[in-house]
Amino acid sequence: MLGMLLRRIVESLIVLFAVAFIAFSLFSFIGDPVNNMLGQEATEAERLDMRERLGLNDSVIVQFTRFIGRAVQGEFGVSYRQSRPVIDLIAESLPATLELSFFAMVLAVGLGIPIGIQTAINRDSLVSKVLMTGSLIGISLPTFLAGILLIMIFSVKLGWLPSFGRGQVEQMGWWGTGLRTWSGIKALILPTITLAIFQMTLIVRLVRSEMLEVLQADFIKFARARGLRERLVQFGYALPNTLVPVITIVGLQLGSVIAFAIVTETVFQWPGMGLLFIQSVTFADVPVMAAYLLLIALIFVVINLLVDMLYYVIDPRLRSMAGL
Amino acid sequence: MGMLRRFANSDLGYSFLHSRVVVAAAIVVAVVVVAAIGANALAPHNPFDLASLELFDALTPPAWEAGGRWIYPLGTDDQGRDVLSAIMYGTRVSLMVGFASVALSMAIGIPLGMISGYFGGMLDSVIMRFAEIQLTFPAILIALLIDGIVRTALPRDIHSDIAVFVLIAAIGFSNWVQYARTVRGMTLVERSKEYVQAAQVTGVHPLLIMLRHILPNVASPVLVIATIGLALAIVTEATLSFLGVGVPPTQPSLGTLIRIGNDFLFSGEWWIATFPSVTLVALVISVNLLGDWLRDVLNPRLNR
Repeated sequence: MLGMLLRRIVESLIVLFAVAFIAFSLFSFIGDPVNNMLGQEATEAERLDMRERLGLNDSVIVQFTRFIGRAVQGEFGVSYRQSRPVIDLIAESLPATLELSFFAMVLAVGLGIPIGIQTAINRDSLVSKVLMTGSLIGISLPTFLAGILLIMIFSVKLGWLPSFGRGQVEQMGWWGTGLRTWSGIKALILPTITLAIFQMTLIVRLVRSEMLEVLQADFIKFARARGLRERLVQFGYALPNTLVPVITIVGLQLGSVIAFAIVTETVFQWPGMGLLFIQSVTFADVPVMAAYLLLIALIFVVINLLVDMLYYVIDPRLRSMAGL
Repeated sequence: MGMLRRFANSDLGYSFLHSRVVVAAAIVVAVVVVAAIGANALAPHNPFDLASLELFDALTPPAWEAGGRWIYPLGTDDQGRDVLSAIMYGTRVSLMVGFASVALSMAIGIPLGMISGYFGGMLDSVIMRFAEIQLTFPAILIALLIDGIVRTALPRDIHSDIAVFVLIAAIGFSNWVQYARTVRGMTLVERSKEYVQAAQVTGVHPLLIMLRHILPNVASPVLVIATIGLALAIVTEATLSFLGVGVPPTQPSLGTLIRIGNDFLFSGEWWIATFPSVTLVALVISVNLLGDWLRDVLNPRLNR
């Protein structure tokens, strides 16, 4: 257990290190930071002075080490586009993304698991067939189109819900929440559904196929042969065995929710990290890009570590394998 | 004709002809592909010929609506471009990027998977660790990051020339892991079979064994992954183009067209975004249906 955990942590650090290097090299590939800061009119002496002060004359290794040192302290420099510290921009947009992702995940899990169970235990019922067809459409419908479709129906045609923005945001310390105002909650609905659709169809399909597999296992046949009630076999024996892989995948999906949030946030002009990132790509705003890269890598690595550990706790077979 | 009859008599053909949904999906894909490839000859207008654009005709609704005209069956956009023709040309870009990136994923994934499975050892664990790490990041994020980084790293004028290739590389590289993992598993199984051992004993070069003996035997699962991968690649391309980091505006794909049309939804010009969207969804659903069907037919074991 400890050995595996240690290996995972080392691996995670390597990944983070690699991403940090990519983020760092962005600065040297893209434009000259001195030009970006001083503008075209600066004299040669000013430029040389600036280069020295920024430490651009040091070796790459020294610069990289300094970059990491600053990144660890949350110091990513100043956005080229907005002339504000990157860390402030991130702090402003992070709550928006996290609130959106959280509710999307709750919706996806809350609907996905029951639908998956239903389509597995009543395979041939009409409801299941309709739901499976729906899941095929859900998996084929690109996230951005789902968003546009919802906007068309609920904003343009019916005029019930806003099509962009976050509504009224209230500050709670540094965390700006949209959950305490009516307009904030209304603004959250469509983006949440948009972000949840794809994840939900994945969960439905996964739960269904896992459940179907478990239902064919020997211990289920045995339980049936003992004459246990079908409900008990399904929910008491099959379901718990289905949930182990489901929990893992759902955990891993948390990361991809944050990735897909880029798309959803762009469609709804939701002021989160994804929108910030897309804008930084369009405007070649390197400090913001670098910070986003590092942050998203960190989030992924942490989620993966946690899921690995969780898997270990849930599935006793893994523990006994380590003992061999 | 003889080939057609042979197909109809095979298992594959039987299952194909006896599933209405699959036949319908195949027809949709065929129509879309033919319309895209033949866009030059079939499209009623050339949306890239600036001389033929009439600004006066801008924002004409579809022919059956009030104010629509039959020379623009699906209406025009804000620059007077015929929506139907733009869709045909746009689908060509989408399909080209889709096929090319699937080919790239295969070109990376299949050799790596085979080498991993055939030789095992250190090489195997390095390749598979790398694959596993990449798998923890969603493909669309990787494609977006590669595309975004290259986009900012290159000067703007150079970039627009090679944007399509950058996009293909980004999507292709983001999806190779699937192929590598499947091919590796299959290779492991095949390697221990007698025909491979016989080839090894008679001194056939490992490269030749992989190419001539193992490759044909891993072809059918690869075909399944490639079909579903095509749908995924088309969606990824459309998404990136919609976000404005995909193909350059001079070569609009379906995603670009939807992005343009999205700006007109609120002013009531619904047709600019709707028809490209319908085309995209119909294409992707059909390809996915074909993929699901192939998986069921080629893998009876998975047939649940």
